[in-house]
Amino acid sequence: MENMNITSAQYVTFNESNSGIKATIDGVEMHVPLDPANRHYTEILRQVDAGTLTIEDAE
Amino acid sequence: MPISTINTNSIADDAVTVPKVTDQVLTHRNLIINGAMQVAQRGTGSVPVGNGTFIVDRFKAYKDNDGAYTIEQSTDAPNGFTTSLKGQVTIADTSIAAGQYVYWPYYIEAKDLQHLSYGTSSAKTITLSFWVKSNKTGVYTISVYKQDSTSYMFTHEYTISSTNTWEKKTITISPTAGNTSFITSSGGAIANDNGAGLIISWNLSFGSTFTGGTSNSWSSNTSDYSTTNAVNWMDSTSNNFYLTGVQLEVGDTATPFEHRSYGEELALCQRYYVNSISASIYNQGNVNHILRVALPVEMRVNPTITRTGSFWSGAENAPDIYPQYGNKKAFLISGGTSTFLGGSFLSDAEL
Repeated sequence: MENMNITSAQYVTFNESNSGIKATIDGVEMHVPLDPANRHYTEILRQVDAGTLTIEDAE
Repeated sequence: MPISTINTNSIADDAVTVPKVTDQVLTHRNLIINGAMQVAQRGTGSVPVGNGTFIVDRFKAYKDNDGAYTIEQSTDAPNGFTTSLKGQVTIADTSIAAGQYVYWPYYIEAKDLQHLSYGTSSAKTITLSFWVKSNKTGVYTISVYKQDSTSYMFTHEYTISSTNTWEKKTITISPTAGNTSFITSSGGAIANDNGAGLIISWNLSFGSTFTGGTSNSWSSNTSDYSTTNAVNWMDSTSNNFYLTGVQLEVGDTATPFEHRSYGEELALCQRYYVNSISASIYNQGNVNHILRVALPVEMRVNPTITRTGSFWSGAENAPDIYPQYGNKKAFLISGGTSTFLGGSFLSDAEL
């Protein structure tokens, strides 16, 4: 019944490929790995699939 | 008599029993980490509970209703323990709506449960024991949620009999509880991975959506966390709830609580969360540089990294953090050409 409040998400690149996501979760800036077993990444993908969140491209 | 002269004929068949020997010779039988609530990396003070809040390590608290409550690490504990996890209602909710809930889940990593042989006819019985105390007496429930393969839910009632008195509870969980074969069939399997294998929950208030369970039975309805007999713990700001001495072990007998050293418990907790690790580097050559921050143990997954406080950096822009380039043992910080780079960080690999 996890329900994270994710208000922003943006890819971060390393060696010119996406290496993680900088996201604001429950008001805190976090750096989330692209690891499918990471609960924050799982929740980001769930909210993207639900259409409630978009991951911005890296700067 | 010298011990060398004792042979099996000298010991009656029933002289050595499980309760007599397990506390002395069988270690690491407790599947629960931080069951004595000693490790609290996030702090010990009272914090309001949202939808997934930690104070002591590994034990999470949830709330979705019209009231409010706090959790803290308490020094109120039964004999033999020094700490407990305390909940305190701060805004009462006397009428829990159907879909509302308050519960404390503990997630057990699936890799640690393979010896239970769930999903086979050899699935093992397990026993949960714990100490509780509350001003509010009555029927409460625990639940066991098995997510992998086919998802199933087990619930079991227990009663807090005396107000403000520590009571030890023991609940045996058979794989065929309720004359079911869910756990002994292939759908009962727990995948051998780093996901959640079992989720043990202490249920404090549940709306009717979640109270369809039958005590001491597995259910294919994963909303059956609790039963209709359970109290609504949220109904008064006088209500508190204390929990400690949590042990889950193979077998149908609750053995004495296994007290591991604080250092061992801390290391076990750090597989899931590492508080305030600091690192720094001085960049004398004014060239692009990257700092590798080592974690104290290999974490369950590549962790989410949260910076605490300011970067110690001379860079114009905040350095980037790369959480997945350390193979669960480290993460990287890019410092550009700044002369000094460092900071303090939290690493989160919780289930």
